[in-house]
Amino acid sequence: MEYYSLTLQEALRRLEAGEVSSVALTESVLARIDAVEPAVQAYLALDREGALRQAEQADIARKKGQAGPLCGIPLAIKDVLCTTSMPTTCGSRMLEHFVAPYDATVVTRLAQAGSVLLGKLAMDEFAMGSTSENCAFKVPRNPWKPGYVAGGSSGGSAAAVAADECFASLGSDTGGSIRQPASLCGTVGMKPTYGRVSRYGLVAFASSLDQIGPLTKDVRDCALMMNVICGHDPLDSTSLDRTVPDYTEALQDGLKGIRIGIPREYFGQGLDPEVDAAVRQGMAMLKDAGAELVEVTLPHTDYCVAVYYLIAPAEASSNLARFDGVRYGFRDRSADSLIEMYNKSRSRGFGDEVKRRILIGTYALSSGYYDAFYKKASQVRTLIKEDFARAFAACDLMVSPVAPTPAWKIGDKADDPLALYLSDILTLSANLAGIPGMSVPCGFSGAGLPIGMQLQAAHFNEAVLLRAAYNLEQRAGVVGKKPVLA
Amino acid sequence: MKITRDEVRHVANLARLDLSEAEVDRMTGQLDAILTYVAKLDELDTAGVAVTTHTQQVVNAFREDEVRPSLPREQALANGPEQNGESFVVPRVIG
Repeated sequence: MEYYSLTLQEALRRLEAGEVSSVALTESVLARIDAVEPAVQAYLALDREGALRQAEQADIARKKGQAGPLCGIPLAIKDVLCTTSMPTTCGSRMLEHFVAPYDATVVTRLAQAGSVLLGKLAMDEFAMGSTSENCAFKVPRNPWKPGYVAGGSSGGSAAAVAADECFASLGSDTGGSIRQPASLCGTVGMKPTYGRVSRYGLVAFASSLDQIGPLTKDVRDCALMMNVICGHDPLDSTSLDRTVPDYTEALQDGLKGIRIGIPREYFGQGLDPEVDAAVRQGMAMLKDAGAELVEVTLPHTDYCVAVYYLIAPAEASSNLARFDGVRYGFRDRSADSLIEMYNKSRSRGFGDEVKRRILIGTYALSSGYYDAFYKKASQVRTLIKEDFARAFAACDLMVSPVAPTPAWKIGDKADDPLALYLSDILTLSANLAGIPGMSVPCGFSGAGLPIGMQLQAAHFNEAVLLRAAYNLEQRAGVVGKKPVLA
Repeated sequence: MKITRDEVRHVANLARLDLSEAEVDRMTGQLDAILTYVAKLDELDTAGVAVTTHTQQVVNAFREDEVRPSLPREQALANGPEQNGESFVVPRVIG
């Protein structure tokens, strides 16, 4: 077995036992990237020399007995997280040459844990999209089927993990952008509670919704990554000062005494029969593990897409106002006046989907429309939040599909933005309510495409998600299944 | 129609975006479909419902007002498309 195909925990075990060096692990992953990257297209930047240098340092640290919790493990991150060692493009022409003057807090935490940073992963421009096709530089591919989307917006983060091009990755999730690509590529993905992980150095899309989280090969790897990235950060005023448990302690066999809610609205019209069947099989496995299944209701589910596609663009239009061609980013040099410079720089720097969302958001916030759109959406958001509070009074977590369908062909939905927005219906509400959500592989379609199950819990209950996910994983028989590449 | 071509031009101007005529056409159609869809929120009576702008119960995160190191000017200017070592340079604002 090649080193690159190991799970993070197994690679760590071998490092601890002295059976392998970080340099050997890193060389193995770099060779894997060379072999499969032409087919996967996950990396926007790869820092070979930096990675090997960090690996050497990790090996020295381990010999000295100074190994951090991820010492010597090669990882990669979504290109929305600021790094001083490589450009941070956000998948946009606007930031094509931008090198951040500081590292994101999660980047610092991963470095302090001793991990090796391989590179930066492809994504929809400014994290806006559900397929990663909005990336200005390359479109990551689903490792399970040539020509199929990896999902989005953290498509590169999911594809790289599924293709064994890193041991784990980080993504960001504003409306499903970790969970949906994880589901489509057959990896584990966690969107933690809003405030659980510092967002300092995450380029902002929608500030009341954005959250950083891991994509991993299995559930234990997810817990190991969570242990490192979670926690309060004085540099992010929205990060919360709550104790971080050792998430690996949640990985116990059996779910006796756990009540799992089935939100009936999540199994409605438009759900692919194969996804429905795989998720229902997963539910039966959770029941076998000792959980009690109860039906719950989230009556305002049907309004989530409308609420989200007003609030997220409104916040985005405000956040992206900073890209004006003055302090960083693309500038059109043909303009004679300041206003013309703003207009031309933004029009040439941003892609179509970003412009579309800026226009929706600006409209929803503009004089005369604010009450009818933004305020109304923010009120319905309260109703959605209350739905979850009521549901979690009756259960410890909820399970559902992540996406209504398995992955589809690149280009198939590219011309119909509304149809694509509607496919986010099952993941958006966790962001609107600020609760944690997770995607765990539970089966495959007849065409061989992965299907994930979504787990959602109340604020700060990531541990119960990991526990249920671990029990599903033990029973679903999908661990260790790999796509055939190169 | 929920939104007209002129409104799209107006909003684009507010957002500092230049749109070609073809873009105005395409965006008007797409924004109209999206705004027609989101109008389903009108089905709900939200009189008296508080707005949610933040999902956690947090108040201002204050800290002591202490002088701390900040980004050196050279680094702050490093990504500027045009700068003179002291300031960002922009096209003339006052004639």
